[in-house]
Amino acid sequence: MFDLRGNRAYADRAFRVTATGAAALVLLILGLIAITMTKRALPVARQMGSSFFSETRWSAPDGIFGALPFIFGTLFTAAIAVLIAVPISLGVALFITQVAPPWFKKPMVYLIDLLAVVPSVVFGLWGVLVLSQHFELGRSFLTAGIILAIMIIPIITSLSREVIETTPPSDKEAALALGSTRWEMIGAAVIPHSAGGLVGAVMLGLGRAMGETIAAALVIGSALGQITLNPFAAGNSMPAVIANEWGEADDLHKSALIALAVTLFVITIIVNLVATGIVQRSMRRSQGT
Amino acid sequence: MNLLADVPPLDLSAKRSWRSVKSTIMTGLMVLSVVAVAVPLIAVLWSVGARGLAVAFKDFPDFFVKEIPVVARRAGPGMGPAIVGTLLVTGVATLIAVPLGVLGAVYLHEYGIKNRFARLVRFMATVMTGVPSIVMGLFVYVLWTLSFGYSAFGGALALSCLMLPVVIGATEQMLKLVPPHLREAAYALGTTKSRTILTVVLPAALPGIVSGSLLAVARAAGETAPLLFAVGAATEYNPHIFVEANTALSIQIFANANSSFVAAQDRAWGAAMTLVLLTFLVTLAARVVTARLASRR
Repeated sequence: MFDLRGNRAYADRAFRVTATGAAALVLLILGLIAITMTKRALPVARQMGSSFFSETRWSAPDGIFGALPFIFGTLFTAAIAVLIAVPISLGVALFITQVAPPWFKKPMVYLIDLLAVVPSVVFGLWGVLVLSQHFELGRSFLTAGIILAIMIIPIITSLSREVIETTPPSDKEAALALGSTRWEMIGAAVIPHSAGGLVGAVMLGLGRAMGETIAAALVIGSALGQITLNPFAAGNSMPAVIANEWGEADDLHKSALIALAVTLFVITIIVNLVATGIVQRSMRRSQGT
Repeated sequence: MNLLADVPPLDLSAKRSWRSVKSTIMTGLMVLSVVAVAVPLIAVLWSVGARGLAVAFKDFPDFFVKEIPVVARRAGPGMGPAIVGTLLVTGVATLIAVPLGVLGAVYLHEYGIKNRFARLVRFMATVMTGVPSIVMGLFVYVLWTLSFGYSAFGGALALSCLMLPVVIGATEQMLKLVPPHLREAAYALGTTKSRTILTVVLPAALPGIVSGSLLAVARAAGETAPLLFAVGAATEYNPHIFVEANTALSIQIFANANSSFVAAQDRAWGAAMTLVLLTFLVTLAARVVTARLASRR
């Protein structure tokens, strides 16, 4: 009898430990990414020092690796993508929550989910063989920005929708009862209530846009050393360089590409930390817990 | 004395004030943004359908079974190994990520709940969903491929890292929906906590967990960047999980999209059609499971 009970307690504890381990895996993976990849990036860090972030030349044969143009390209394309995606996403989220009749909501949500499921490489293929050729865009920052915008619209839309839906009906009804039009009601009740969450949603979209690789790699044009605000110029971004140059890279070159990945990792982690913090805080506040 | 006589009767007929015009314009803009979302989706699906179907279903089932031509400019079918590769890599990734993700969520919701460690993990899991997939790919390259070479398993490791936080998030949401009285009933019968979770809580949440996992699978199946550094680009069938380079539909699309040969581009469209079909089928399966769940409640 005692034995049996001991076994049960033992099994119970074993299950608890296993579950805890599975949860800890998240922290373990993130930690391992930071440690192992930084170690691999050391050779290029020793060679370039801090000029890795300020040098504009990138030449594997000469052993010069400057990440600045790629950092610029990443931020520039992500900014274009966000500029295009935010008004559209907010429009769709407001349409779904405030305008659409109930029977129309579900198909709209499905449409957004469908957009999220289309693989990024398929968008890239469409971008390179259709968009860049038939619309005279060529391969450029702008083409990459448009494709990235299409890809981050689903995440911004669905997060905004969730945030907006937490607006208390009483707030909206109060605004309408005071004679507000629908748009004034949105400005008076919905936006103030969801502002924090919306900022977070946009930042999460920004993080996605910066990390998106394959579509960018196909349409951005792979031009080296390009730092210009002309959206029609061909350029490059960190993930695109990694994907396009990995195949023919030697050891130091690979180390430089991994250093780019570490830089990308740090930037996206910071953006995501801030964004997740904002979203969770605004969600908590709106749920009153 | 009638004070009200001087007051003109209230005019209740609708006057289009600037305010209501503005509201209408804004509503119009919202409708326009819906159109702006639908247009690219339809355009992409149209291109993939129009160009992909013709390639994929010419001399059916050649495209789905033949091996990939080694010489890119040669016309003709063959994405068989890529289809098998995608199924293999995604399948193994699912086998790794779903059990671990469900266990992690069980910890968060059944054991940790509000303690500091659980909060940290929950927060970092959300952050982890934003880690770029190419970073996961290089991470697995450093951790696995450098020592063991190209294989389907390396790709599966990378994909499971991407799926893990998604499965944790989806499962935790589903565990929240399991009514507490089910757990209490089990405890009242003297059941241990682990047994309660395994035989009462998880079965109750199962449909939701399945549909959440399927959505994660659909995402993962379309990923390219994490596979580039781990799977390789074989042109022949490779049923072995741990040895030799393999390939996947997404890798083939990426490689062929960059090609200037029409034959290669055709194969890319065919592969894209196959991949889109695959991910949509998995998504549809998730929807069916969710609908079942909704109708049961």
